[in-house]
Amino acid sequence: MRAMLPRILLALTALAVPVSLHMVFLVAPTEQKMGVVQRIFYYHVPSAFMAFLGVGVCAIMSALYLWRKERRFDIMAHAAAELGVLFCTIVLITGPIWARPIWGVWWTGEVRLTSTLILWLIYVGYLLLRENADNREQAARWGAVVAIVGALDIPIIYKSVEWWRGLHPKVLKISGGGGLDPVMERTLLFCTITFLLLFATLFLERVRLGLQEEEIETLEHAIGRRPATAAPGTGPGGIGS
Amino acid sequence: MTYFGIVALVAAKDLRTELRSREQALSLMVFAVLVLVVFNFAFDFTIIDFKTLGPGILWVAFIFSGVLALNHSFRIEREQDRIEGILLAPIDRSAFYLGKVLSTVLFMGTVEAVLVPLSAILFNQSITPRLGLMILALVLNTIGFAAVGTLFAAITTQTRRSEVLLPLLLFPAAVPIALAAVRTTSHILAGRPFARYANWVYMSAAYDLIFIAAAVLLFDYALQE
Repeated sequence: MRAMLPRILLALTALAVPVSLHMVFLVAPTEQKMGVVQRIFYYHVPSAFMAFLGVGVCAIMSALYLWRKERRFDIMAHAAAELGVLFCTIVLITGPIWARPIWGVWWTGEVRLTSTLILWLIYVGYLLLRENADNREQAARWGAVVAIVGALDIPIIYKSVEWWRGLHPKVLKISGGGGLDPVMERTLLFCTITFLLLFATLFLERVRLGLQEEEIETLEHAIGRRPATAAPGTGPGGIGS
Repeated sequence: MTYFGIVALVAAKDLRTELRSREQALSLMVFAVLVLVVFNFAFDFTIIDFKTLGPGILWVAFIFSGVLALNHSFRIEREQDRIEGILLAPIDRSAFYLGKVLSTVLFMGTVEAVLVPLSAILFNQSITPRLGLMILALVLNTIGFAAVGTLFAAITTQTRRSEVLLPLLLFPAAVPIALAAVRTTSHILAGRPFARYANWVYMSAAYDLIFIAAAVLLFDYALQE
């Protein structure tokens, strides 16, 4: 069952994606005022949820890693951070595409936009820091520290940006519940589930890859192809036998 | 030796090293003044009121020189592997952390103590009324910046690219401090009542407490060899 899970998830995702496309473009009604561009919202909002999920999973796995010192927790934290950055990038790309025709600007200093950008910067920094570590153990420890600080910081960043922009009118009101058409609501829900499946599929694949990378490294080390203190990027075969 | 005795000892060590070598404080100061002068040319202060842009300019100078101070703070420990001695010493790692925060706050505080009066002269601004509040805002926000900065600097100075990596990690994480500092300072300069910006002051204080507590718990992992 455990071995089957990734395949089942992949199959479900493969089914859900075309259905979600159908729902977004053919079932959901066109929004009255915004028109067709509003449909990007079915990708934008679930991506934002997944970005937060990635950051949350990363922080929890980082804390578990520091506590239990088990490699698999770090591999999961790293995978979650990569997915968090990926979905956050989608949010930052789809947001301006929607904002340009609706608000007339690509970008404003609005609180959600600004804090999403800062969130993205923190986790890009996390990934870059890991790249600069000398070994896996160091990358794991450093990454965990930054991930935990970042997660603690996010609510404070949001609050501070909100206060900073306090005098400006609230322009964004998309997930304002209640006012949403039931079909639109169902489409959004379905898209969120689709993205969740996609997230889970990518996450499991990335974790599997991470575990395999580690196994290869251990094996190469065992047969003496890799010096014990090899820096990442030196690659296999750096020192021939 | 008590815990806080060790904290004071670590900070005193950094200050003594600085007093003997004099390599840090002066260059930090000149750098910060340079930032002020650059902004003085970039914006025409005969048109723009200092109260609107001044706090931001001052804090850009403090944050930039703060990053230099943080990088230096751990680079000196890497030279001749002094860090090995500290890691071997039977002291709590968190005491070492707090000592480093203290010395960074003192270095940044020295820069601030010169820059604030200097900017008042350079931009024709009176800062003497409400000096107490001004100092409170400077101290609270400098502590917050140094608290996260010291934790991150302990990590990034172990790499070869600390000059880039430290600001890359620290600037986004320190956004609340930068915003709180700039807003509080501009309210104080404008002479508004405390109640108008009390929330910013409380936010700075909360930020300090949260991240000092987090860093005390996490510092050991940042420094393990």
